[in-house]
Amino acid sequence: MKFGTQIFALGLFTFAALVAAGFGVDEPFRQHMWVLFFVLLGFVGILIRNTNFEVAAPIDPSAYMDGPIRYGAIATIFWGVVGMLVGVVIALQLAYPDLNIQPWFNFGRLRPLHTSGVVFAFGGNALLCTSLYVVQRTCRARLFGGDLGWFVFWGYQLFIVMAATGYLLGITESREYAEPEWYVDIWLTIVWVAYLILFLGTILKRKEPHIYVANWFYLSFIVTIAMLHVINNLSMPASFLGSKSYSAFSGVQDALTQWWYGHNAVGFFLTAGFLGMMYYFVPKQANRPVYSYRLSIVHFWAIIFLYIWAGPHHLHYTALPDWAQTLGMVFSIMLWMPSWGGMINGLMTLSGAWDKLRTDPIIRMMVMAIAFYGMSTFEGPMMSIKTVNSLSHYTDWTIGHVHSGALGWVGMISFGAIYFMVPKLWNRERLYSLRLVTWHFWLATLGIVVYAAVMWVSGIMQGLMWREYDEQGFLVYSFAETVAAMHPYYVMRAIGGAMYLSGTLIMAWNIGMTILGHQRQEEPMPGSVPALQPAE
Amino acid sequence: MALMDKHALIEKNATLLLVGSLLVVTVGGIVEIAPLFYLDNTIEKVEGMRPYSPLELVGRNIYVREGCYLCHSQMIRPFRDEVERYGHYSLAAESMYDHPFQWGSKRTGPDLARVGDRYSNSWHVDHLTDPRSVVPESIMPSYAFLKDTPIDVKDFSTHLVANSRVGVPYSDDMIAHANADLMTQADPKADTSGLEARYPKTKIGDFDGNPQQVTEMDALVAYLQMLGTLVDFKNYDEAAGYR
Repeated sequence: MKFGTQIFALGLFTFAALVAAGFGVDEPFRQHMWVLFFVLLGFVGILIRNTNFEVAAPIDPSAYMDGPIRYGAIATIFWGVVGMLVGVVIALQLAYPDLNIQPWFNFGRLRPLHTSGVVFAFGGNALLCTSLYVVQRTCRARLFGGDLGWFVFWGYQLFIVMAATGYLLGITESREYAEPEWYVDIWLTIVWVAYLILFLGTILKRKEPHIYVANWFYLSFIVTIAMLHVINNLSMPASFLGSKSYSAFSGVQDALTQWWYGHNAVGFFLTAGFLGMMYYFVPKQANRPVYSYRLSIVHFWAIIFLYIWAGPHHLHYTALPDWAQTLGMVFSIMLWMPSWGGMINGLMTLSGAWDKLRTDPIIRMMVMAIAFYGMSTFEGPMMSIKTVNSLSHYTDWTIGHVHSGALGWVGMISFGAIYFMVPKLWNRERLYSLRLVTWHFWLATLGIVVYAAVMWVSGIMQGLMWREYDEQGFLVYSFAETVAAMHPYYVMRAIGGAMYLSGTLIMAWNIGMTILGHQRQEEPMPGSVPALQPAE
Repeated sequence: MALMDKHALIEKNATLLLVGSLLVVTVGGIVEIAPLFYLDNTIEKVEGMRPYSPLELVGRNIYVREGCYLCHSQMIRPFRDEVERYGHYSLAAESMYDHPFQWGSKRTGPDLARVGDRYSNSWHVDHLTDPRSVVPESIMPSYAFLKDTPIDVKDFSTHLVANSRVGVPYSDDMIAHANADLMTQADPKADTSGLEARYPKTKIGDFDGNPQQVTEMDALVAYLQMLGTLVDFKNYDEAAGYR
């Protein structure tokens, strides 16, 4: 019977969720378990509707398994729109506080929804689907483990739904970018180990002797995130039928563990993984080999070694011992070099193909991503210098820095990869519209520029106002005055974010039409006509 | 280059690649984090620190639940402007019982490390109910619902037990009286001698102005009012911390 064991196992879990909903010791936990119950019930229903008793057709072991990747591409866009929309909403809440709707839609509950939504739901799905796409093609092997790919995909979506609904219900560990409570963490650990087995298993059965460089980055990202996630989330639940847990470490040790995790969520989730993406999709789209093999070796080992040390720069001048702060600063500055090694390797891959910037908006998007990667990996080490950090810490400058990395690098390289993959995954000749890609490119780029510039101004202004003294030696501004001064910048920031979101909506339309098999009749991109030669 | 040629070995062996990268990424954490657990000078000894009283802990959990840390830090840096604005810079010992820490990373609102005793209980209730009624420039959301939400805990001693399992020195006495202490602290008419002996300097009172029930507002205000009040800086010897 098709899906027989799956239906049985899911049915058991559904029943367990129902029991937990009945016996939970706190109200948020009971509500959360009701959410889980209905989600799982929905899953079971879908599986039962799709079951049949015919003998399944044999699977061609040489064909690639692209089902989870197709779903992953759609999930990436869906969660991208959701996460960015919540971002615009909370940006507006800062400008117009009456937009807070207590208790579920207050800023404090929506903000983790935004950060997790874009980092783990959008970014995570992008990494999941591109890594599975890349590993099969560079290893010339079908995904390992039969339906394991489907388990990883759906298991990860369940994690996202449980994390997101938990935040709104007030279930959080308050560890930035690791907010889900203990039972959701345990579920993610299971899914993540399955992902590691899936990815490593596929590499092990490869037909290519060499493991391609993109896979080094993906593999180190998967294994490091496993380590970070497990150690940072060690905690003691107050009850096994309750949502609340207390972290294993306290105070100073807890702070450094959290930022060791937090900075490497950036370093491995948002950097190493996406560098893997760059190493496959940029050469493919540009139709050029990777610029330097040696550079890729040196910068791979350097970046994974150095990144781990950078966490303490989030804790400059706090109660963390000075030696740890200094160590964190020194390694953060050193990190600039391997980061730019990656940037150079990505950009120089276009040697001999720079003309494509004029004619190919997807290449343009990827190049802009790498440029923003270079920009934010320069800004980061600069902000980790203690003197600079004394001004920038606690201000919007940090928020601006994160967004030039997240919107510029992570967002743009993911969009490029999606635009590359989707026509191939659905066997379409081309995208629905290249001109819409150009629209997306400009809306996104201008959105980031507005966002980052506004946050520089507001962040530096905020930092300077906090420390400004008059001639008599009194502080010039009360805190409330510095809050009032932020208003125009919060409005402009929301506009920048809305521009970026509108670009993503255009992509959603473009990709949707491509999947449905439509092709927009439009003028070719200027300068691209001579390239239209018959296939050789 | 010979070394580069040897790299082919790793490129052809997935296990080597996996183990190699795992080893490389563990070094930083071992060198930076592990010593914090055994170096004595990480946390200097300070008088006055004690575990949170049950009501304070409930309030702290509400602080965590509502994501207050996303806009308010609890970590005063040793700069002139911060010390003048918020009080003595934060000591490591002051968060030694914080599971998890609430230092925060952003000051959309002011630092709260020493907000205790700065405002009256009724100011806090007004501010949490309608922030702009007391601070017109504020962009904080309203938390009026806390006043109408009774504390939802069946048996709070399990929370003290969980804390003691991760190293907070809650005594058996404290755990046994957890549920009673929780209610007593918000009731000025009750006999509070036991509570005060267990948790010195604890603030007692009907925090939310509603004596009928103990609400989440009571708990949150009780927590805010104790923040930064445990260490008496009149007796704090700064030079003793120098090394």
